[in-house]
Amino acid sequence: MKRRSTACLTFPFSAWVVLLPLAIPAGCKHSASSVPGLKATAAGTALVESSGGHQVGATGTALKDPLVVQVNDDQGTAVPGALVEFHGPAGVSFDPAEVLTDSSGQATTLVTLGTAAGRYQLSAVTPGKSKPAILETVETALGYQQRLGAILADKYCNRCHDPESSPERVSNYDNLEAKPHPFTEGGTLNKMSDADLTSIILHGGPALSRSALMPPYGNTISATDVRALIAYTRAVSDPPYQPAGTVYARK
Amino acid sequence: MQSMRKILSSAWRALFGDPVRAFGVVSLGLLLALAIAPAKEHFSQWHSYQRHYLALIRDRGDAISLRRRFRPGIHQIWLPELGVVDRCTTCHLALNESSLADISQQPFRKHPAIPHSLDGFGCVICHGGQGAATTVAEAHHSERAGEDPILPARYIESGCGQCHQNALPGTPQLNLGRTMLTRYGCVHCHAITRPDGTKVEATDHPPSLVHIADKTTREWIYSWLKDPQAYAASTTMPNYKLSDADASDISAYLVSTSTPHAGDTAAAGVQPAANADPSAGPSLYGESFCASCHAVQNAAGNLVGGDVGPELTRIGNKAKPEWLAAWLQNPRVYDGTTPMPHYRFTPQQITTLVTFLQAKSDSDYGSGVHLDAASPQHIAHGRKLIVELGCTACHEINGVQKPENFAPELSTIGSKPLAQIVFLPGMEHSLPSYIVAKIRQPRAFGSSVKMPQFTLTASQTDALTTALLALTARGRSMPDNLRVAAIPETNYQPAGHAGKLITELACFSCHRINGRGGDMAPDLTWEGSSVQRQWLIDFLHNPNTLRPSLIRRMPRFNLSDNDNKELTDYILAVYQSPAIDADLAPAVPNPPAAVEHGRQLFYSKYACESCHIADTKNDKGYIGPTLTQVGSRLTPAWIYAWLKDPQALRPGTTEPNQNLSDDDAHALTAFLMSLRSSGGRGAKQ
Repeated sequence: MKRRSTACLTFPFSAWVVLLPLAIPAGCKHSASSVPGLKATAAGTALVESSGGHQVGATGTALKDPLVVQVNDDQGTAVPGALVEFHGPAGVSFDPAEVLTDSSGQATTLVTLGTAAGRYQLSAVTPGKSKPAILETVETALGYQQRLGAILADKYCNRCHDPESSPERVSNYDNLEAKPHPFTEGGTLNKMSDADLTSIILHGGPALSRSALMPPYGNTISATDVRALIAYTRAVSDPPYQPAGTVYARK
Repeated sequence: MQSMRKILSSAWRALFGDPVRAFGVVSLGLLLALAIAPAKEHFSQWHSYQRHYLALIRDRGDAISLRRRFRPGIHQIWLPELGVVDRCTTCHLALNESSLADISQQPFRKHPAIPHSLDGFGCVICHGGQGAATTVAEAHHSERAGEDPILPARYIESGCGQCHQNALPGTPQLNLGRTMLTRYGCVHCHAITRPDGTKVEATDHPPSLVHIADKTTREWIYSWLKDPQAYAASTTMPNYKLSDADASDISAYLVSTSTPHAGDTAAAGVQPAANADPSAGPSLYGESFCASCHAVQNAAGNLVGGDVGPELTRIGNKAKPEWLAAWLQNPRVYDGTTPMPHYRFTPQQITTLVTFLQAKSDSDYGSGVHLDAASPQHIAHGRKLIVELGCTACHEINGVQKPENFAPELSTIGSKPLAQIVFLPGMEHSLPSYIVAKIRQPRAFGSSVKMPQFTLTASQTDALTTALLALTARGRSMPDNLRVAAIPETNYQPAGHAGKLITELACFSCHRINGRGGDMAPDLTWEGSSVQRQWLIDFLHNPNTLRPSLIRRMPRFNLSDNDNKELTDYILAVYQSPAIDADLAPAVPNPPAAVEHGRQLFYSKYACESCHIADTKNDKGYIGPTLTQVGSRLTPAWIYAWLKDPQALRPGTTEPNQNLSDDDAHALTAFLMSLRSSGGRGAKQ
C-alpha cells in the first residue's frame, strides 16, 4: 500500500519530465500566434464610424460593405498607425480582427455575421493614450424567412415605403399624400401587433381606418409571404422590436 | 524483482486466498464490467447535452409541456427513399420548439422558419455532415473518406437547388450562381446535366472570330488577350495569363486565318464627319436607348447602362470605323444570331454614331504594343495554343474544331469525395473551400491547369460555389415527385414576314413572347388582346414611354409604313388571349354616370392615384403606367379583365388583385376608357 502511493507520487513527476520539453515550445508558439505583428505607431483618443454600420445581410455571409472606423485625436484630426481591434458576439468573424489605421486614420474590416438571425452588436476598440476608446455599432442578419420578406418588400412595398430614390428606381414616397411608414420606423410599427400588420397587408389601409392609398394584397400574395414580410419588418425595425406579452421565466 | 513478486503474491492471497472472498471479488469484478456500458452512455456527449437541455427548460414558464415533448435517448429521422439517417435531433432538441425562440445557445437553438418540415427532409440534405454520427466531432467535422464536414451557412441555399431546378424567390444566391454558370460561359467547357437529363445551356454570346480582321486590329487582339478587363471591366472573358509571345502568336493566327466578309465593306463610304454637330452623337445614342443594353464607364468609374451587349467605354480602340458602320447598318449581316436589333439607321445617322463611338477611346490603351510581323512558326504556335486553351469551346475560329468534353463534367461536383481532391497546402479540407479556391485561383493548382482567371467579386464567387454545390449525387437519386423542374426557354419562332421582322428587330432580346425572350420589357404574349390598333401603329413608329420613371426604354426602329402595318396586323391577330372576352366589357362610349362613378372609385375607394397618373395636374403616382391616354391605348375587354385579376394576364405583376365586384370593374373600365388623347374628356374638369 505504501509503495503504491509512492508510485502514484512519482508518476506526475516523471510525466512532467517528459511533458515539460514538449510544453515549452508549444507554449511559446501559442503566445507568439496570439500577439500579431501589428505595432501601433500612434494612439488616438476617439473612434468614429466612417461607414459600414447598420447594414442588413444574410446569416453566415459577409456584409456587402466593409466596416470602416476612424481614429481621431483630441483635436478631431485623424490618427494614422493606431491599432484598432474589432469584437463581436460568438459567430461573428472579422477579416482582419486587428488592424492599424491607414494614412487617412481609417481602419477597415470585412464582417461576416453569425448563423443566427438577429442583431449583432459589434465594437471597435483602440487602446488610446490613457484609456481605451470604444465604438459600438449594430449589424442585422436576416434568416431565410426574413430574407424572403426583404425580397417581397423590394418587389411590392419599397417603391412607396422606402423614401430612398435612385435614378434606376425612383421612390413614390414623396408623391403620396398620406406618408407610408418606412419598415425601419420601429417607433410606429413596433406598436402594431402581427395581427394588425397582417390585416393591413391583406385588406389594405381602410382595414385599420387608414388611407386607401395602401392597397390590399390578400388576393395577390400568399399567407407565407405575409408572414415573411412581417418577419422582415420586425427584423429591421429601429428601435428593435420586442414581442410583448410573452413571459418565459417562471422565477 | 524479488519484492515485486512478494507484493503480487500477497495481493493474490488477499483477494483470492479464501473461496468466499474470491467469490466476492469475482462478483464485484463482474458487476463493474456490467456497469461499463451504462456508464459509457451516461458520460456520452449527447447525454450530457440532453441533461443540459433539461436544466435549460426547467425554469421556463412552459417547462411542463416542454418536458412532456422531450424524449430521452437517441433520436433519429429515417427517410429511406432519400437515404437520410439523421440523429442530429438527439442533441439539437429545440429545433421545432417555437417557445424557445429566444435561446441563441447551440445546440438548443430553434430552427429558423423554412418552407419544409424538418421531419420530412432531415438535416444533412441541406447542411451536410454525417447524420448517423452521435458525437459532435464526427457529425460536424469528419473529413474521412466518403464523409464531409458540415456545410458553412453561407452556402446553405445549395440544399434547395438539389430538388428545385427552377428559380425560387427566396434563394437569390443560388439563382445568381446558376445565372453565372450560363452567363460566364462555364458550360461551354464544363458540361452540366441536370438530374432530369436536360443540359444547362450557355446564355452568353461569344462572338465568332472567323472575320475578326475586318472588325479590329492584331494589336487590339493582343492587348485584349493579355488582360480583357483592362479593356472592359465588365466583360465575362476571363484572363488566360498569357505570356507576351503567346498572346502575339494567338493574335497572329487569328488575323492570318480571318476571312474577309462581304458585308463588312458595304458601308465603306462612311467617313467620320468633320463638321458634324458635336451634340448629335450623344443625343442619337440616347434616343436610340443604346444604354439599355450597352454600358459605358462614367467619369467616376462606375458602369452606366445595361449588360446585354458589350461595354462600349473604349470601343474606339477596338472597332474599325468601316466595320462599325456596316455593323450599325445591319448587325445581322456580320452575326446572324446577335441580340442587337437592326435599327434601320439612315446613312447620316450611321455617320453620326460612328463618329461618336470612335471618339470613345483611351489613347493610353494598347499604345505600347508593337508586334513584329508573324512568321509561319509563330502562326503555327498560335494555333497550337488555341487548341490547347480551348478557345473554340466558346468562339468560332477558322481551322480549329470545337472540342468535345474539353473540361471535367460538373454534373455531380457537389458530391465530389474529399479523397479524390488534391488540396493545396494550408487549405481547409472541405469541398466548398476547394471550389472557391478553384474559382479564385485556378492556376494555383499547378502550371498545367488551363482554366483561366475570372474576375469575380467575393459574393459572385460564393454564389457560383452555391450553384455548384447544389449539383449533388443525392439530387440525381431523389424520387421524381420531389424534383421541381426548371422552366426551359421555348424555341418559339413567329412565322411569315412579321416573324422575320421580329427576328430582325431582336424583339426577344427584351420582350418575352410565348415563353421565349428577355425580361427587360413587358411580356407580349397577349399584346394583341391588350392594345388598340392605331395606338400600336403610332407606338411602333415612335415609341413614347408609358412609365416615366424607367431608364430603359423601347428604341425607335425607323420601320417603313408597310413593315409597321405587317407587324401590327400580326400582333393583333396572333397574340390574343383566350381569357379575354370582348362581350364582358362595357360598350364605348359609356354613359357619363358610369364614367363619373368610375372616377369616384378610382380616386376614393381604390385610391389608384397612389401608383397611376390619370390627370397630370393632380396625380403623382409613379409606379404603374401613366393612364392619361389609356382609353386610346388599351381595349375595354383587356382593362376589365386586368382589373379583375392582373396576375392571370401577366403572372408576377405587382399590381394587387383588389377582388373587384363586376359593377366596380365595369365602372372603372368606363372611366379609364374615357381618358383619351383627343378631346380630353377624361381629365378631371
